[in-house]
Amino acid sequence: MIARLSLRVLALGYLALLLVFPVSMIFVRTFGNGIGAVWEAVIQPDALHALWLTLFVAVIAVSANTVFGIACAMVLVRQNFRGKAVLNAILDLPLAVSPVVIGLALLLIYGLTSPVGAWLAEAGIRIVFSTPGIILATIFVSLPFVVREVMPVLREIGTEQEQAASTLGASSLQTFRLVTLPAIRSGVAYGIVLTMARAIGEFGAVSIISGKLSGRTETLTIYVESSFQRFDIVGCYTASLILALIAISTLLLTNLTKPKEEY
Amino acid sequence: MGITAHRVSKRFGDFVALDDVSVEAPTGSLTALLGPSGSGKSTLLRVIAGLERPDSGEIFIADEDKTRMPPQKRGVGFVFQHYAAFKHMTVFENVAFGLKIRKYPKAVIRKDVHELLELVQLEGFANRYPSQLSGGQRQRMALARALAVEPEVLLLDEPFGALDARVRQELRAWLRRLHDDIHVTTILVTHDQEEAMEVADRIVLMNHGTIEQVGDPQDLYEHPASEFVMSFVGPVNRLGDTFVRPHDVEIQLHSNGSTSEAVVDHLVYLGFEVRVELTLNDGRGLWAQVTREDARQLELEPGKIVHVRMVHSKVFGEQRKSSLPHS
Repeated sequence: MIARLSLRVLALGYLALLLVFPVSMIFVRTFGNGIGAVWEAVIQPDALHALWLTLFVAVIAVSANTVFGIACAMVLVRQNFRGKAVLNAILDLPLAVSPVVIGLALLLIYGLTSPVGAWLAEAGIRIVFSTPGIILATIFVSLPFVVREVMPVLREIGTEQEQAASTLGASSLQTFRLVTLPAIRSGVAYGIVLTMARAIGEFGAVSIISGKLSGRTETLTIYVESSFQRFDIVGCYTASLILALIAISTLLLTNLTKPKEEY
Repeated sequence: MGITAHRVSKRFGDFVALDDVSVEAPTGSLTALLGPSGSGKSTLLRVIAGLERPDSGEIFIADEDKTRMPPQKRGVGFVFQHYAAFKHMTVFENVAFGLKIRKYPKAVIRKDVHELLELVQLEGFANRYPSQLSGGQRQRMALARALAVEPEVLLLDEPFGALDARVRQELRAWLRRLHDDIHVTTILVTHDQEEAMEVADRIVLMNHGTIEQVGDPQDLYEHPASEFVMSFVGPVNRLGDTFVRPHDVEIQLHSNGSTSEAVVDHLVYLGFEVRVELTLNDGRGLWAQVTREDARQLELEPGKIVHVRMVHSKVFGEQRKSSLPHS
């Protein structure tokens, strides 16, 4: 009894101290100067731009990594080829390498001093210190989540349902749409939540590749940093709050779309 | 609309799953592919369905060469051992799947599906999900789903393998009746000789990727072509080169010249049947199957000396197919 109780106190206390307390402090501090000040902070042009840019980048990164992630998971689970183990290991690289290093690597590849960057600049495409660079960095850091969530689900469902669909006359595309995709839905949804969270929260890689140009290449996380540095406390907390709200609504949305009757 | 597999071979790496196998399932028949695991029976079924591509050989369904056709175009209904139910669809949606793919009008789909659910005795279950069904119900749903597209042939891969004994028994009898009603050419894969004998008109007994014998159930039991067939289709005693079925071991109380002396070791009562374990006086063991009534009349008990006679026995090898009755 005492052991159970102390375990509960330990687990809940840990969560309260490290998770609930700091997050609720953001809420308290944000609204400390009244709701008017918060609204003022939200409609700052730079803040709005940062919000829009963050959502834009996140949606592209999530879409790209969802499509790629499902395809990649299907290849890794269903097919055998030389180098499969290597590919499998490389997939976790974005989790293992510090985002700052990733940002630096992108800068080295696409910077104006590198051949690739110079060639792209000549073609009129700018990657570094602009939106494409931020998108590339965000896709990179949030790449493994969908793959990693979908792979175990694919392994579990096996191929019999798909074979059954094919004997019933379904083409490969119909089988994927009507049988495979609904079966892996839970894995895909959870992968999307993680990808989304990672994409909107990314700081290190984006801060290097974006150049932190206020009103142009500033995402919300970078806006939090810059407003903090210029002692704009309300703006800083408001941006943090919006980040938290986006994350929470993604979580809620996924829970709502969860299938009800399975298993 | 029969099925013909002509000289089919299939390897998986070093493993030869099918070695130049030719099989025919006549129109309207229910053929069982029987064999131990690894005998190639499931591979052959999957090759017929187009789920596996043979290394060589041809598949004909209704006299049409389907060897190079994908499963979608073969006109086969396939039922898997583990049901392969679409878990996120209701029973209705599962059964309607093939019809929806074929873009049937909604009203027709509804009518067809309800008729099929009636056929497989799942009328009240249309809105349930597979997870809410028992194993036997799931397999009947899978059968209805396969029949919905009016396949030219029905292929069943160990359909009752995952079910418990009592349900399996019920479904076997039900499948036999269903086949008598709808007469679609059917191939059933099983490792259970009793199931094959009970359900099928014809049995194709396979071993190590080849066919050991083809015949009706009685044929296989009474005229086994090899040692393997004899021991696979029923219990058997082996005494040197001689094989004898336990029910062909006759126990008598007195010697009559053609009998051998034996001592009763153990009795196992299995309801109507009594299993008598014996040791011959040369030290070799065998067992006999007698009725409960006979066991009582003979007053069998462990340690009792009896005299046994082999009513029928068989010797394979050099004298393959020669039957040597010891009478």
